[in-house]
Amino acid sequence: MARIELRNVSKVWDNVVALEPTNLSVADGEFVAVLGPSGCGKSTTLFILAGIYAPSKGEVLFDDQVVNDVEPRDRNIGIVFQSYALYPHMNIRDNIRFPLKFKKTEKEEAMRLVEESAKLVHIEEFLDRKPSQLSGGQQQRVALARALVKEPQLLLLDEPLSNLDATLRMSMRSEIKTLQQRLKITTILVTHDQLEAITMADRIICMSRGKIEQIGSPKDLYENPSSLFVASFIGAPPINLLEGVASQEKLNLNKGSIILNHAHQGKLTLGIRPENIKITKDIQGIKSRVGLVEPMGRETLYVLETTIGELRALVPESAPQWGQGEDIFCQFEKESCLFFDTETEKLVSNLRLVAIE
Amino acid sequence: MSAPSQKHRQVTNFAIFLGPAILLLFLFFIAPVIVDIGISFTDLGRDLQFHKVTTANFERMVTRDSRLTKTLGITFLYVLGTLAFFNVTFGLILSLATTNVPDKLGAFFRSVWLLPRMSPSVVYALMWIWMIDPTERGLINQVLSFAGIPEFDMMNQAPLMLIILVNGFIGASMGMIIFTSAIRSIPEHLFFAARVDGAGFWSIIWYITLPSIRWPLSFITVYQTLSLMVSFEYIWLITNGGPFYDTTVFALYVYKRAFENGQYAYGAALALILVTLGILASLLMWRFMDMKRMLQDPRIEVH
Ligand SMILES: Nc1ncnc2c1ncn2[C@@H]1O[C@H](COP(=O)(O)OP(=O)(O)OP(=O)(O)O)[C@@H](O)[C@H]1O
Ligand SMILES: [Mg+2]
Repeated sequence: MARIELRNVSKVWDNVVALEPTNLSVADGEFVAVLGPSGCGKSTTLFILAGIYAPSKGEVLFDDQVVNDVEPRDRNIGIVFQSYALYPHMNIRDNIRFPLKFKKTEKEEAMRLVEESAKLVHIEEFLDRKPSQLSGGQQQRVALARALVKEPQLLLLDEPLSNLDATLRMSMRSEIKTLQQRLKITTILVTHDQLEAITMADRIICMSRGKIEQIGSPKDLYENPSSLFVASFIGAPPINLLEGVASQEKLNLNKGSIILNHAHQGKLTLGIRPENIKITKDIQGIKSRVGLVEPMGRETLYVLETTIGELRALVPESAPQWGQGEDIFCQFEKESCLFFDTETEKLVSNLRLVAIE
Repeated sequence: MSAPSQKHRQVTNFAIFLGPAILLLFLFFIAPVIVDIGISFTDLGRDLQFHKVTTANFERMVTRDSRLTKTLGITFLYVLGTLAFFNVTFGLILSLATTNVPDKLGAFFRSVWLLPRMSPSVVYALMWIWMIDPTERGLINQVLSFAGIPEFDMMNQAPLMLIILVNGFIGASMGMIIFTSAIRSIPEHLFFAARVDGAGFWSIIWYITLPSIRWPLSFITVYQTLSLMVSFEYIWLITNGGPFYDTTVFALYVYKRAFENGQYAYGAALALILVTLGILASLLMWRFMDMKRMLQDPRIEVH
């Protein structure tokens, strides 16, 4: 178990900046998810923690010790690679046993541990096969077993569930989570699947273009995104974003406008999540017409054409439903409205919605 | 499409795609062997005339040629030595070394090792003749005398070592290039995983690199065995099989008998041994090294 810290760590390849100077600390036994789109530096961060890449600048600390010069093999980490990286010429048993070879574990003990971790991820019947004889999902589970078998102090998972089908992914999610809680291994999970991050992690690190955008609990990131990027990256269906120009207390959006609690000058973007929009027949709110209707099981997604622009609203099954072309009004939950500076893309935290004109 | 035309199509495809290869195989392998067998049952000599059909050549080979077994022995030592020290082992060491240093440095060393391969054989041979000159003019002796070691006449004192060195320094480059590209094609993540799993430099080579390139390894072994068995260019240029017959490998022996002594028919009979050995070696390796699998799929192990 270990406490992890990055101090001003950055990584530059020739001329590509893969990671901007980054500060981060992960508590002992914590489960954090690194969430971000492809190419944002997730794997790079993970490899720096593993010691596979040396940071261009900055310090990596494990339990307050600088480990920049410590070889990967001396860091006691387990890692599941995005590509699984199973050794193709070894059978599954030897693959899982490989880390134990270098820990000088007794042969019988090693065999027992291999069986044990194979059971953990339900691959015990494949032990004598070669990696190429397994499906992608099975290979991923082998990689997980290999990472766990040496009981690492830090577990690094680079999209470990990306190749599983929906059912298996769900069960593996909760299994990894349970396992992590039982073994109390500090775990860092890289993913670009927000649901995975939200359901598994204690905290989410949201990255974009080599920078940490925001760190917080899933709820935090969802309700109080600090930037347009986080707001739009997290949440499905995505948040509604409407661009407009503010002058004094009035924010002009398209053909309509809304009233703010403060005077503000310049371009603003209003963000409102689909579930925070209420549709009514009462003549109160924004005049809208129902466009597309997309039933989504327990909820229905309505595309609304309004005076302030196109909006998506999520209405639960229990609420009244509407037909295409119907004229309605929509209302915003005032405290859920977020305002971002369109230029800097940052949240303007003191702005609130007061009224809709 | 109707059945007959499909059949017709198959025949055409066969002719188009395999025809040229089969023709070449026939022209350059099967036909010469047939001609060789034919000549070996005659008494074709310096006068280039056939007088009779005879098995005398084979009788002579089996009963009266005392050089033959000795030559085969030398060939065996020569092939084995060159393979074991240079073409496989040293090629492998070079590729491992040059892939473990910065890229530019590695490329530089590999080009240096390619130079002998690119220089004309006569130049390369002359360079060796100068290097091993038994007097103080020879490069090796200059170095030795500098270190206070008495002069050394490699040609006479260690002729077999000489021909192994000469061929090895050239032959290592092929293995080096093949192994290097094979090592390059191993996914980087395998090395990362091994490093995290606790493997050090040597363990990584042993557990990851070598098993991943075992197909190129067996290919080079097979290929170089066959090519060393039949080539004698540098030996001919540098020692001409001497001193006495000490470096006369079998291919050179055949050449000498046929073209220097003008015993064409006997040379043809001897050449059959070479053909047989070549086929046997290929079959053995086919069997033991699983060449069959190697020739079927791309065998650099990645996924
Ligand atoms: N070895 C390298 N040499 C040069 N640039 C690299 C190298 N590895 C990564 N990069 C660059 O660094 C950036 C971050 O890459 P990284 O692999 O960390 O992305 P990622 O967030 O893991 O993406 P994905 O979700 O697609 O795996 C990318 O722009 C990538 O092109
Ligand atoms: Mg990645």
